[in-house]
Formats: sequence, C-alpha cells, structure tokens
Amino acid sequence: MSPLLSGAIAITLVAYGVAMLVACWRVLRGPSAQDRVLALDLIYVIGMLVALVIGLRYASSMYFEAALLIALFGFVSSAAMAKFLLRGEVIE
Amino acid sequence: MTEEALPLWIEVIVAALLLLSAALALGAAWGLVRLKNFFQRMHPPALVFVGASWCVTFACIIFFSAQSRGPQLHVWIIIILLSITVPVSTVLLSRAALFRGRQAGHQDLPPALHPRNARSAEEP
Repeated sequence: MSPLLSGAIAITLVAYGVAMLVACWRVLRGPSAQDRVLALDLIYVIGMLVALVIGLRYASSMYFEAALLIALFGFVSSAAMAKFLLRGEVIE
Repeated sequence: MTEEALPLWIEVIVAALLLLSAALALGAAWGLVRLKNFFQRMHPPALVFVGASWCVTFACIIFFSAQSRGPQLHVWIIIILLSITVPVSTVLLSRAALFRGRQAGHQDLPPALHPRNARSAEEP
C-alpha cells in the first residue's frame, strides 16, 4: 500500500466519521420523527461505505459481504420505520 | 499477503474517487443539518446514496481488478442493491412525512389528490 493510497483512505475514513457525527446531531435534535429516520438511513449507508473502504485498505473481499449485509439491514429498518410512521404499524 | 505494487495511475484514480466520495458524504451531512424543511432535507442524502456509493464501488472495482489482473465485478451488486432499495424507502418516508404533516394540520403542504380519500383516511 503506497503512502498516496493509504493517505487518501485515511482522509476518507475521517471524513466519513465526521459526516456520521454530523448526521448523529440530526438524529438527536431532529424536530420530527421522519428527520431522525432519514438521518439514520444516511448513517447506515455511510457505515456501509466505511466497510467497503476498509476492505479496500486491507485488500480483502470479506468486508464486501459485511457491506452487503449492512445495506440490506439498513433498507429493511428504514422501510419498517417509515411504514410505522405512515400507519402506526409495520405489517398490516 | 503477496502484494504487488500497483501502477501509479491506478492509485491516483482510486484515491481521487475515494476523496470525491468523502467530499460528497461531508456535503450530504452538512446539507442534512443546514436545510430548513424536511422536504428540503430529503435531497442531500441522495448525494451519498448515488454519488458516494458509485465512487466507492468504482474505486473497489478498479483496485481489485488491477490487483488480480482480471475483472472483479462483484462489488457491482452494492450499486444494484442500493438503486433498488433507496427509492422505496425514500418514497415511503416522504409519504409518511406528508401524512403526518397533514394530520398535524401544517398549511404549507400540497393538498391531497383525492380529498375524500384523504379525509376518510384521517377519520379513524
């Protein structure tokens, strides 16, 4: 791993961490429930990108499957929460 | 791990894609905090859902393809999965926001397309 690529990966991971913290502020302060769900969805996808970038750092494809699982669980949870906000129950 | 040195131009492309995705993620988080209204705040996360994930996926494809000296396209599944699932959750969230806003009596929302159905949905 050359210093160019590892430096870029470090900067990217720090930027992702900052973005997740900033989105956490919206989760904590969001005036309405759908704001919090939206920010949680964003945090999920950024976490998936973190897994992908770490897999690139260690040149291993195991992290790819973790990223796939995180994406799936993020979709299921945010869809369930949006459905709950819409009707008051998840499965009608 | 037998790690050969990659050509410089591949490393430059991968690093540029990663830095672009980092900038997009920061912009999305900044917009999520700064915008005033929920319907405005729905837009910045699309920078991450589309832009940043495409950048990281292309970086992974280029990196692993250059490392194994052959096309490695499995990371493509991430983009396919996201492009299927993100519109579903986004539309569900926006409908939930419209429904909750109308129930709370906010006046700045667009009117319902079918007022009778909307009223009967709000009755129970």
